[in-house]
Amino acid sequence: MGLPLPMVPQLPEGKAFGLLARFKDAPAIHAACEKVRDAGYTKWDSHTPFPVHGLDRAMGLKASRLPWIVLTTGLSGAAGGMLLQYWVSVHAYALVISGKPLFSWPAFVPVTFELGVLFGALGAVFGMFALNRLPMLFHPLFSANSFAAATDDGFFISIESWDPKYDETATAALLREAGAIEVEVVNNE
Amino acid sequence: MAHQLDNTHEPVEGRAPLILGGHDFKSLTGKVAEPLERKTPLGWWLCFLPSVAMLSVLGIAVAWLFWEGVGIWGLNNPVGWGWAIVNFVFWVGIGHAGTLISAILFLFRQKWRTSINRSAEAMTIFAVMCALIFPGIHVGRVWVAYWMFPLPNQMAMWPNFRSPLIWDVFAVSTYATVSLLFWYVGLIPDLATIRDRATSRLKKIIYGLFALGWRASTRHWQHYERAYLILAALATPLVLSVHSIVSMDFAASQLPGWHTTIFPPYFVAGAIFSGFAMVVTLMVICRKAFKMEAILTLRHFENMAKIIMVTGMMVGYAYAIEFFIAAYSGNPYEQFVFINRAFGPYAWAYWIMVGCNVLSPQIFWFKRFRTNLKVLFVMSIFVNIGMWFERFVIVVTSLHRDFLPSSWDYYSPTFWDVLTLIGSFGLFFTMFCLFARFLPMVAMAEVKTVLPGADPHGDGPKAVIQGAD
Repeated sequence: MGLPLPMVPQLPEGKAFGLLARFKDAPAIHAACEKVRDAGYTKWDSHTPFPVHGLDRAMGLKASRLPWIVLTTGLSGAAGGMLLQYWVSVHAYALVISGKPLFSWPAFVPVTFELGVLFGALGAVFGMFALNRLPMLFHPLFSANSFAAATDDGFFISIESWDPKYDETATAALLREAGAIEVEVVNNE
Repeated sequence: MAHQLDNTHEPVEGRAPLILGGHDFKSLTGKVAEPLERKTPLGWWLCFLPSVAMLSVLGIAVAWLFWEGVGIWGLNNPVGWGWAIVNFVFWVGIGHAGTLISAILFLFRQKWRTSINRSAEAMTIFAVMCALIFPGIHVGRVWVAYWMFPLPNQMAMWPNFRSPLIWDVFAVSTYATVSLLFWYVGLIPDLATIRDRATSRLKKIIYGLFALGWRASTRHWQHYERAYLILAALATPLVLSVHSIVSMDFAASQLPGWHTTIFPPYFVAGAIFSGFAMVVTLMVICRKAFKMEAILTLRHFENMAKIIMVTGMMVGYAYAIEFFIAAYSGNPYEQFVFINRAFGPYAWAYWIMVGCNVLSPQIFWFKRFRTNLKVLFVMSIFVNIGMWFERFVIVVTSLHRDFLPSSWDYYSPTFWDVLTLIGSFGLFFTMFCLFARFLPMVAMAEVKTVLPGADPHGDGPKAVIQGAD
């Protein structure tokens, strides 16, 4: 989804976070994501050591809305840059230099451009962090036994227990049927 | 074995693989993470300690400068810009190859960039750090260096935004910030990999903090990849603007030899030329030191040699056009400057520049030399020397002959000029040694995407070849 990811909700004592299933390789996780998506799950995710091409579509995710954030911050930076130079050159420190008009805007283009790029880049990075809810140093998935492989060579699907369709046995069966080589219940701790 | 490691020949069908040695995801992670996880080798200390010694030379040179003033440098009356500006332009230029590799080659889908982009971006950041020292210290009264920024002050004084020198402040500081952000964003998944492999608690905490809790989620990758693409799209015009604006420090003046419209594209081409040479210098050493022959393959080096040759010829073309325009303009001052540049008191510097930048890269017409690492290493040093001399020629030869012959003079650097330059190399190599020891030198998550197994629709050997594209 394009919206910020939801936080892990307050779960009742003893209730599991959900299921974590490991898949063999990139083709396997792609096919499995399509199955989970078609089964109607919404509170789930996949974890891969690199961005697998087309996996967002296989999961049915909508396009990221990050470009709109960058457009906003970038244009604000550029506008702020031009405004700063206008205010400095016309109001705060009005000096006639080389007989140019006080608001000699073509000379102000480079700084306007640089500030547009600077604020656009800041928007891209911090917008991405905000949409991803990072930093989030704790997450229940980190307590799963095999999860460290997700940054090495492991391909995983996690389904969260507050998904309306979640049922520990049926969901685990679905994941196995989709080709999981290993399914694990992840505790909420 | 030697034949196995040669991927510079295209097969009849498909594309040659980018990563050799039969690496899969796990072995690649192990290979890249190994230098961070083993005991510090002696060879690292042998690089690091001399670098730190050179860095302390920088400390001494700068401390003496602050105490005594810019009079310790060789500046004289017509030559008010000396080595400080030469070094500044040199180091900013070095940085440009990193951004070219990380941003422009990304937009052009040049997948071979994944093996070298991490270290090239690191090189960019360290080069920009070295560059930023010089405008900071050359102002003489360093305690008022903040006048370069539009900050409210008790004198109610503001910078003149019509000056290229203030554009430069914005361009270079934006460039430093965006390069750092781009590099860090690329590092996050790999820092998570190191965190997950860490055996000591301290390492887990430090790498874990910088990895921000990355859990390799596709919902994260989606925003992440979009952010990376946008950063590349922003960094591309940015890098072209930075050296264009640096060139305007010269081009917007009235001085013959500086006042030319060819400067922005000419400076950008030269920057990429010198930066690629520095990437080759560093990568030849790293490939050997970390035994990364399968990841930094001959194909990568051959591609870089081609870029060095092309940009070297662009630079050569710019040198020629400057002479043509001087002749064609009919302006006697312009003509004098260029004849004086090639045959005057600094002819030796001019011909070092032409020899290193225009003539020497011509050997890359031959594949034998493009794929010979010894030749590449020596050539990359030549290009670095040549590009330093290019900036020296531009700055000094244009200044040393003033409009008034009575103020003509010859500029020579002093002992302290030389120490400052050596010291800046110390800073650069110290940073690079620390980088090679504590951070993954190759972008693991990105290289994994060019391995055959990365294709989610893979179906056998045919896909292996296509996946390598």
